[in-house]
Amino acid sequence: MALLELSTEAGRATFRLGRGAVSGVVSVRVLVVTTVLAVATFGVFCLGVATGDYPISVTDVVPALFGVGDSGTLLVVNELRLPRVLVGLLVGAAFGISGAVFQTMTRNPLASPDMIGVIAGAQTAVVAGIVLGFGAGLGTQALGLLGALVAALAVYVLAWGRGATGYRIVLVGIGVAWMCTSATDYLIAKALPFEAQKAVGWLVGSLNERGWQHVRPIGLALAVLVPATLLLSRWLRTLQLGEAVATGLGTHVARAQLALLVTAVGLAAFGTAAAGPILFVALIAPQIAQRLAAVAAPPLLVSALTGSLIVLTGDLIARHVLPDDHLPVGVVTGVLGAPVLLWLLARANRTGSGG
Amino acid sequence: MIAEPPGRATSDTTGEPPDLRATGLRLGYDKLVVVDDLEVAIPPGRITVIVGANACGKSTLLQALARLLPPRAGAVELDGRSIQSMPTRQVARRIGILPQSPVAPAGLTVIDLVTRGRAPHQNWWRQWSTTDERAVHEALTATDMLELAHRPVDELSGGQRQRAWIAMSIAQGTPVLLLDEPTTFLDLAHQIDVLDLVVDLNRQEHRTVVMVLHDLNQASRYADHLIAMKAGRIVAQGAPAEVITTELVEQVFDLDCRITVDPVTGTPMIIPVGRHHRAGTTPLAVA
Repeated sequence: MALLELSTEAGRATFRLGRGAVSGVVSVRVLVVTTVLAVATFGVFCLGVATGDYPISVTDVVPALFGVGDSGTLLVVNELRLPRVLVGLLVGAAFGISGAVFQTMTRNPLASPDMIGVIAGAQTAVVAGIVLGFGAGLGTQALGLLGALVAALAVYVLAWGRGATGYRIVLVGIGVAWMCTSATDYLIAKALPFEAQKAVGWLVGSLNERGWQHVRPIGLALAVLVPATLLLSRWLRTLQLGEAVATGLGTHVARAQLALLVTAVGLAAFGTAAAGPILFVALIAPQIAQRLAAVAAPPLLVSALTGSLIVLTGDLIARHVLPDDHLPVGVVTGVLGAPVLLWLLARANRTGSGG
Repeated sequence: MIAEPPGRATSDTTGEPPDLRATGLRLGYDKLVVVDDLEVAIPPGRITVIVGANACGKSTLLQALARLLPPRAGAVELDGRSIQSMPTRQVARRIGILPQSPVAPAGLTVIDLVTRGRAPHQNWWRQWSTTDERAVHEALTATDMLELAHRPVDELSGGQRQRAWIAMSIAQGTPVLLLDEPTTFLDLAHQIDVLDLVVDLNRQEHRTVVMVLHDLNQASRYADHLIAMKAGRIVAQGAPAEVITTELVEQVFDLDCRITVDPVTGTPMIIPVGRHHRAGTTPLAVA
């Protein structure tokens, strides 16, 4: 056997490395789609850096990213533009992966963290922090994570723990989401005008005024959670066949579900804490990724790139359509995402399987 | 098409014959106790079929044998060890289970499904060894699914779909195979197709098979060892020719019947009497 064996057949690429010590199968189409999306995301990323009150040509952006250029350009790029665009990139990736994990685990495309109350939970906790003034020392990140975990725990206890179907999780999740939204509304109604405005501004999901202090926490979170989720994704392949089959194939179902749930909730929570709840990204990015890759479950890396591409493109649209009004990116993804949601609902009804 | 990989397949089913048994087994859901104080030993290398009326606990027993349902009391033992105390991955290399009417996610291809049967033999850096490739190829060949390997499972006919799932269980390469009503929702020709495939697995690869079947005639034709259950208890077990009597069918299924000899196989064949044909009908040869 050679040191590296490569073969492709019917769109499946097989590789074996070092006498078969490492081996795997990947879809050729997934590789192509990943590459194309990575290039597109980098392009939109550079456009995002170039766009603003102080225009920079795209050809100057790439050298500036590597620290080459005049001091004015470098200052604008590093201090003003880069944090904003980086937050968009990382938040999109976090939402994309989180949605892919939830949808695969529940076998239901509607069971994404923005639909089943996970993001709503993070939202309530962060707004409570802003409005009530408690937990100022805890910080937005910790509050967001706490809220998301509590909401996810509620869904898990009410629906999941009993070997629930994906549909039941969605229904219970929508209930939990509405409870969180009501609590958020109550908090805003009770708040002082200045704090209420601050909370409402955050609630839309925005990349405005994002600095390095926003990049660091989500960057660190992704550095830990993305590799963890990729390692756990082997279990998704068996869980997707149903709990009984997964157990039969040697997957410790309860342990696998809990571990995946914690990483997916973490990704959604850190994303929400960094940019607010950017609507529909976690719902539609994995669905678009799955169709692009033509596979049976949303592939995690493709979902991450699709999520980043949606957020960065949405932000670019927001800044071009109404450059002076600081239109939040959440408004754009909301407007574009709603039709996709309707389409998913119609499809779920037609197949009668909830997806 | 899948090219045949080089080399002879290393069957995982050789080696010590599996010893699967249950002692003092109590099973139930929530407050309901379905099976109580049950003892059973599965004959290695044979086809065992469990029969019984609806809700008699036959599927529950199969789920317990597959460690899908933890016992309330007693234990299921594999080679002398309780399967609940063994790592689930280790059990998955010895026992394969195909639940009733499994559902494949939309768009999943046959080869992708069958490949997932190799999960208990893989780790995260070794996902497609030559052994995996051989096992998948053999499973597709045995089930006659090679030509459909790249088709989505949800677009196949009922019979093909069931063959795809059985191929996944074959690829898992376990010496014990548990099948929960593998012929449900199939037309008669496909039912026989699936049952013949089970016999192939038993005779050619020496796999121990335990399956739940609804049809008594099919059960007595395909079983080496028949287990009849009623209300969570084993009423009778043994070779079908010794076990199947009119009294047993009356007791287990609450059904009046005549028993004759299957003209093809010589095994017992059950002919139900029914309410409208009792009087004035000439009784058939009684076994």
